[in-house]
Amino acid sequence: MSDTTAATPAGAEAAHDAERYAEKDFGFWIYLMTDAVIFALLFATYIVLSRGTAGGPTGSDLFSLPHTFGETMLLLVSSTTFGMASLAARAGNRGGVLAWLAITAVLGLAFVGMEIQEFAGMIAKGAGPDRSGFLSGFFTLVGTHGVHVSVGLISIVVMMGQIATKGLTVPVLSRLMRLALFWHFLDIVWIGIFSVVYLPGVL
Amino acid sequence: MLGRLTIEALPLYSAVAMGGALITVFGTLAVMAVITWFKAWGYLFREWFTSVDHKKIGIMYVTLALIMLLRGFVDAIMMRTQQAIAVNSEGYLPPDHFDQIFSSHGTIMIFFMAMPFLTGLINIIVPQQIGARDVAFPYMNSMSLWLTAAGAALVMVSLVIGKFSTAGWTAYPPYSGIEYSPYVGVDYWIWAVLISGIGSTLTGINFIVTILKKRAPGMFLMRMPLFTWTALCTAILMAFAFPAITVVATMLELDRVAGMHFFTNGDGGNMMMFANLLWIWGHPEVYILILPAFGIYSSVVTTFSSKRLFGYTSLVWATCAIAILSFTVWLHHFFTMGSSANVNAFFGITTMIIAVPTGVKVFDWLFTMYRGRIRFHVSMMYTIAFIVTFVIGGMTGVLLALPPADYLMHNSTFLVAHFHNMLIPGALFGYFAALNLWFPKAMGFKLDEKWGKRSFWCWVIGFYLAFMPLYLLGFMGMPRRMEHYDTAAWQPWLIVAFVGAVLILFGLAFLIVQIAVSFRNRAALRDWTGDPWHGRTLEWAIASPPPPYNFAVLPKVEGLDAFHMMKDAGTAYQRPARYEDIPMPKNSLFGMAIGAFAFVLGFAAVWHMWWLVAASAILCAVIVIIRASSDNTEYVMTAAEVEAIENQRFEDLAKAPPPDLEHIPVGVPGAPIPGTSS
Amino acid sequence: MQHTASTQGPDLRAYLTGLVLALILTAIPFALVYFKLLSTGPTVAAIVIAAIVQVLVHLRFFLHIDFRRTPKENLLTLFFACFLIMVMVGGSLWIMIDLHYRMAL
Repeated sequence: MSDTTAATPAGAEAAHDAERYAEKDFGFWIYLMTDAVIFALLFATYIVLSRGTAGGPTGSDLFSLPHTFGETMLLLVSSTTFGMASLAARAGNRGGVLAWLAITAVLGLAFVGMEIQEFAGMIAKGAGPDRSGFLSGFFTLVGTHGVHVSVGLISIVVMMGQIATKGLTVPVLSRLMRLALFWHFLDIVWIGIFSVVYLPGVL
Repeated sequence: MLGRLTIEALPLYSAVAMGGALITVFGTLAVMAVITWFKAWGYLFREWFTSVDHKKIGIMYVTLALIMLLRGFVDAIMMRTQQAIAVNSEGYLPPDHFDQIFSSHGTIMIFFMAMPFLTGLINIIVPQQIGARDVAFPYMNSMSLWLTAAGAALVMVSLVIGKFSTAGWTAYPPYSGIEYSPYVGVDYWIWAVLISGIGSTLTGINFIVTILKKRAPGMFLMRMPLFTWTALCTAILMAFAFPAITVVATMLELDRVAGMHFFTNGDGGNMMMFANLLWIWGHPEVYILILPAFGIYSSVVTTFSSKRLFGYTSLVWATCAIAILSFTVWLHHFFTMGSSANVNAFFGITTMIIAVPTGVKVFDWLFTMYRGRIRFHVSMMYTIAFIVTFVIGGMTGVLLALPPADYLMHNSTFLVAHFHNMLIPGALFGYFAALNLWFPKAMGFKLDEKWGKRSFWCWVIGFYLAFMPLYLLGFMGMPRRMEHYDTAAWQPWLIVAFVGAVLILFGLAFLIVQIAVSFRNRAALRDWTGDPWHGRTLEWAIASPPPPYNFAVLPKVEGLDAFHMMKDAGTAYQRPARYEDIPMPKNSLFGMAIGAFAFVLGFAAVWHMWWLVAASAILCAVIVIIRASSDNTEYVMTAAEVEAIENQRFEDLAKAPPPDLEHIPVGVPGAPIPGTSS
Repeated sequence: MQHTASTQGPDLRAYLTGLVLALILTAIPFALVYFKLLSTGPTVAAIVIAAIVQVLVHLRFFLHIDFRRTPKENLLTLFFACFLIMVMVGGSLWIMIDLHYRMAL
């Protein structure tokens, strides 16, 4: 909706590009909201099924608060380091962006590693997702978040590749901004997970 | 290697099923042979399959919808035939096959007929109505189309390889669980719904952004044509309701393949959570189907009554109110689950409230027609039939909104009659009206009205004959989905319903004849002006079919009914002083490739070929990554090319037969003599 | 190639403020549960309040939601999604807990 199409072709092109990026940012924001609905329904299902332990292990048998606290710290710090990457990108510091993204990726990878370790331990104890409705809900909710983080990790690697080969061009910066939103969004979902699943689970 | 796919998957269990499979296979082969005969593969591939033009994508959506309408109707008439004869006898369909048919009928009509039909119409028309050159995300649009097609293809393949679900289109557990439905049917349902559902979510996002961000200068929200408003509300519902069915179908699949216990009988599962989650999607879905039709009727009524829409503001607010309320009524689909009186009462009341804005709309349409010079075009006739018929369906709906009454009527043919009474006039008639209204805009020539009216009468009379008896049968206690029965008193009414289905068959046949006859006479039916009905909104301001960029110069919108105002002010059809370069999206194979791999993924998952699932998932991911990393997706259509196309447009305008002043109704400004204004 | 938003937007202080607040709001509920400082009811209340506040902190300092600078349609989408999530989750829990209670009758 630009009433003020610039007189020069270059100006018109810049206006066109700015509109495109605004549309992409808004579209991605709506996608995040629909993803939030997916997580909300997974939370609702988990809560409904949380009593359905079918005589199997309960949350207090399985959850370890220090472990969860460690995961929480990893995600929270990675959100901050992604913020550092965004700041470096705005300053035009290509090396800085790559370094901060690498740190973020390492932290995210550590988070996924801890989650896999937790899941493997539970399955080894006979508390896999097929044990009870409660565990189906748990694995699906927390696992979906873990899959999202993994997708985020792949995207960070692709992003680093783009920054390394193309530099901090306008399209790359625009993508980096949306990836940052995705990463911060996943941290918000994690707040829900430790507040709804882990903390009440061990009460 | 092949999972559980063996030679037993072929439908050797029944001659009728084998016939269906053969028709599917030979039909597909015949179409491919015709395309090869005309050496049209290259053309189709370059101009259509890889196209990211919203108009072409829309036409492909509508084509898919019409094909699936045929398939869904064949299911319907097979069921009507079975029930007409199966009193104290087995009829001609074995129970298992009959169950597949009612399951696929519902699944196809909702997901693969109605959804692509309305998505196609929105695709073709909305960008033109808001004065935009394209949708916000043309590539994602192409991907949505091919994901929908992949889902439809999965349902069609289930005819030939394996079986379809017997669990009804809602696939309630525990019956749809692995214990009671161990074979592939429910998996076909799950993957078809999942894959096309992702396409629908993306379409929703695409059109929210398109409508909110790409309007022409001056096209404020309260100047948007009503069809655009309903498209916006539908897009919002698609984006926010489809996640629910993604979640619930995924959980059902996890129950089936990973041994989880979301909806199982024991082990801590809760099957009523399935109904709850399914209908969180399912009720908004009803309005996803109906709201665009409301927009179409608004367009038709105002165009063919040659009047401003009565109560535009109230129609907008009613649309928004319906969209929001549609998220608050879902429990009325399972009143009989056994909730306490308070819960049932709450959802009963919200259900009755949602009838209020719908009633507002009916009065607005009636007042628009009041004292208008009504032209009885086919689309107008569908609109009038809709108003009368839909009010009947609405009243039976308010009846069902009372929990005590619902306890008596649930699962009976009364319910079947009710929702067909909503969705056939409320959605399908609207899509037919749109087909007749906007066909010239999409294709460049009008549809034959004589055959259109024949089709119309068969559809309307056929509808009443087919579904009014089902209300009576419901009162007589007939449950839905009966393969055979022993109550002889039901049979006469079922025969009437069968006769209705036969009439609808003629309606469908005449629709095909209508399209064929119009194609043959396309020279005589050619729409030279782009404005065959004295239209009021911006899509009529441009050529039929529109150029790839729609508007050479973005229109300046001065008010509601923008094009009508331009004609009134004499500013329509003006040549701009000069043309500008227009950036356009390049054609792309990505959408089709993703659809193809999604189809392979779904098929492999149905048959437990996990290596193939992994491979196609990785390929999809790689395609997405390549696409998301590419910067060079546009080309420039130069001002000279634009000028050449627009010059042709003005030549065509000059060729248009002079306006027939006798038939220009009062209230329509005489079209300025084309070509003279320059 | 100059990024258009380079002169405005969040700075280092925003991220660090967010980090510190989030740390505090995470530490409180974990400590309450781990050291069993309160009885069940107040603990649950504290968890819920800390979670809601922390979500707001994240939205403000990491996603930079701002009533003045964030585009209006993004805010509207956010509020609409929050409304829908409340309807869907609240409605589901109401329905299913009511059903659970009646099944136990």
